[in-house]
Amino acid sequence: MLRYVLKRMAAAIPTLFLIVTISFFLMRVAPGGPFNLERPLEAKVMENLNRIYHLDEPLWRQYLLYLSNLLHGDLGPSFVYRDFSVGDLFAAGLPVSIQLGASAMTLALFLGTILGSIAALKQNSAIDYLVVGVATFGITIPPFVVAPVLSLIFGVSLGWLPAGGWGNGAFANKILPVITLALPQIAIVARLIRGAMIEALRSDHVRTARAYGLPTRIVVMVHALRAAILPVVSYLGPAAAALLTGSIVVETIFGIPGIGRYFVQAALSRDYTLVMGTVVVVSIFVVVFNTIVDLLYAWLDPRVRYD
Amino acid sequence: MMRSKLLSYAAGIGLAAFLVSALASAASAETTYTRGNDSDPETLDQHKTSTISERNILTDLYEGLVVYGARAKVVPGVAESWETSDDGLTWTFHLRDDAKWSNGEPVTAEDFVFSYRRILDPQTGAKYANILYPIKNAEAASEGKLPPQEVGVTAPDAHTLQITLENATPYFLELLTHQTSMPVYPPAVEKYGTDFVQPENMVTNGAYTLAEFTPNSRIVLVKNENFHDAANVKIDKVVYIPFEDRSACLRRFEAGEVQSCSDIPTEQMKYVKETLGDQVRIAPYLGTYYYAVKADKEKFADVRVRQALSMAIDREFIADEIWAGAMLPAWSFVPPGIGNYGEPAYAEYKDMDPLDREDRAKELLEEAGYGEGKPLKVEIRYNTGENHQNTATAIADMWKNIGVATTFVNVDGATHYAYLRDKGDFDIARAGWIGDYSDPQNFLFLVESDNPGFNYANYSNPEYDALMEKAEKTTDLEARAKILKEAEAIFMRDLPYIPILYYSSLSLVSDKLKGWEDNLVNVHASRWMSVEE
Repeated sequence: MLRYVLKRMAAAIPTLFLIVTISFFLMRVAPGGPFNLERPLEAKVMENLNRIYHLDEPLWRQYLLYLSNLLHGDLGPSFVYRDFSVGDLFAAGLPVSIQLGASAMTLALFLGTILGSIAALKQNSAIDYLVVGVATFGITIPPFVVAPVLSLIFGVSLGWLPAGGWGNGAFANKILPVITLALPQIAIVARLIRGAMIEALRSDHVRTARAYGLPTRIVVMVHALRAAILPVVSYLGPAAAALLTGSIVVETIFGIPGIGRYFVQAALSRDYTLVMGTVVVVSIFVVVFNTIVDLLYAWLDPRVRYD
Repeated sequence: MMRSKLLSYAAGIGLAAFLVSALASAASAETTYTRGNDSDPETLDQHKTSTISERNILTDLYEGLVVYGARAKVVPGVAESWETSDDGLTWTFHLRDDAKWSNGEPVTAEDFVFSYRRILDPQTGAKYANILYPIKNAEAASEGKLPPQEVGVTAPDAHTLQITLENATPYFLELLTHQTSMPVYPPAVEKYGTDFVQPENMVTNGAYTLAEFTPNSRIVLVKNENFHDAANVKIDKVVYIPFEDRSACLRRFEAGEVQSCSDIPTEQMKYVKETLGDQVRIAPYLGTYYYAVKADKEKFADVRVRQALSMAIDREFIADEIWAGAMLPAWSFVPPGIGNYGEPAYAEYKDMDPLDREDRAKELLEEAGYGEGKPLKVEIRYNTGENHQNTATAIADMWKNIGVATTFVNVDGATHYAYLRDKGDFDIARAGWIGDYSDPQNFLFLVESDNPGFNYANYSNPEYDALMEKAEKTTDLEARAKILKEAEAIFMRDLPYIPILYYSSLSLVSDKLKGWEDNLVNVHASRWMSVEE
């Protein structure tokens, strides 16, 4: 297995290289630069800044410089947060995003699996329709609606929970953001489980298990669920990457110091190094999560082997 | 090995947590002011800053030679007195004896000399170095033509600072209130380089010191016991929270989690005014929202065209309906209430009835050769942003009434400003200007012909330039104000920029927060305030 993982990681290197190269040049096609502010800078000041950040050198040389720094693990200085390097920003933001994303994912898996299984077992009953209805609702209401509404109800009106802020990761501060992030995921997981479970309940091995007279609880939880969870597992890879990096709305509305907002902020303010940093981080996530998903798959489904 | 290391880490964290909670309970009587800010600072290095949110924090951390009081009047800071030479070119500042850095070391005139040399050194990469160009040799130094040692700032002794200027600059004191004139602690800069801004390295001389900076979360300042006026600083801890989303600040204000917000969501203005009453502060601000007209383009060459476009804009409607009273109608380029000026030079059609103005605009356009057969076509460029689009649409609609056909180009902020700076081709472009110091020069210099970076309109009028130069050489404030007003009258006749709105500063200020005085510069140092429980 270790050999398989190493092989996967080695294969990812050319992919990462390609992503970095394309992004680097694509980013520079956008007009404007990091120092184009609403209040224009003096020409001389701009020149000084460009020199300090090597922006006055030919693009190919900037590219080589970036690559060589990257190989040394240096993501460069941020243009917009000038007191921090891109590495510092991720070091501070990533743990927050991971806490938030992992909590939301866990909640989504737990609730989604339960709801989806119940719906599948009681197919076409009122409870099934309710779950499907709620799931559709969860997907269609966007987080930029859910987040302020939750904050208004529980933070402002009832005053039970903080209306925003991270509070150094206090439990109370996490509740609303995690719920907001988890809601659409719960819906998706529930729908995936429901569909796969219905199919699994009709499959040969489940029928065999039933024929052996195993109790329904065991049949569902051990045999059917193991098959039904497979589509969720393959969904997990991209979902985890998206949860970690795509939480800009939740971060902005609740004021959480994660990394999600850098993806938009960096691009809009032409913070070139931060843009590249986000690209590198997302790419690594996608590669890592896909590898984990493949490993899980092999473990869950005896038909799959790593070769 | 690995495990034991982890365990010791865990023990360390546990101990730290225990200590923190112990400290917190011991100091439960301390007062905290949680303060909403526009955004995170780009940097806390006063020599590299340019934004308002940076100014708010730096004003709490450092004290310059002079500072703004609660009502934004210039009051003594590190300098307790000063005098100028008769020609207005040499300023001598006498530093107070009890000015100290947060580590207890005295603040000396040498520290200021070091600081001015640093900001004017091209290696520093100071975005706002140009604000100090009135100082002798400053411009040459920042362009690398002279060594920073040649800058006209000297320290005859530890408590005397002498600054020599290129020209008599009547607004020089205002200028010194800007964050670029705050001193850095030389040993920290020498020892840590750019890292002197980190909380563990930073040494300040203001009412507060930096305790924590977590990007996108909070910046914590604690009272500086070595500050000379520490006895009168009532708030022990200031927590700055950046709000990209103004509604988020509003919600946390309503929940009592923050005591002030630096902006209000204008789309919710009605609700905000109804619910929060006196806690809503809307005050005139030192800024103008305008449309730049490419003055050297053929279709705008006739000044009557520009005047017609300006006349047809119903500014009251835009201010009240589109901006919900968060902006004020602008009939001059220099906002009223500015220092060293008096009444600005208003457009002559300021008090005309909107319908009469519209008729007059139509006449002017016809005189300039436009009409039914040959309608004037213009394109408005604006950056993406709440209400910029609504404003442009409303103006296009008003221009339609006088027979002008308008199209739009909308791009994101960075693209927009790069395009303007690079002299891209446009008809009319949205822009805004917030003054750095309270003096009309800081507005009128924008369209001087030798100011390519700011003069989007490519406006060039020798008469205007001559007046601006004359004002620069005039030391008598009243005579100077008159000259500048003449220049503004020419501005309002030629309209390289069509002023549309004056900015207002919008703030939410809790009833519990005392000492917040609305002012034109919108600067509110925490040291003047107190929090009631």
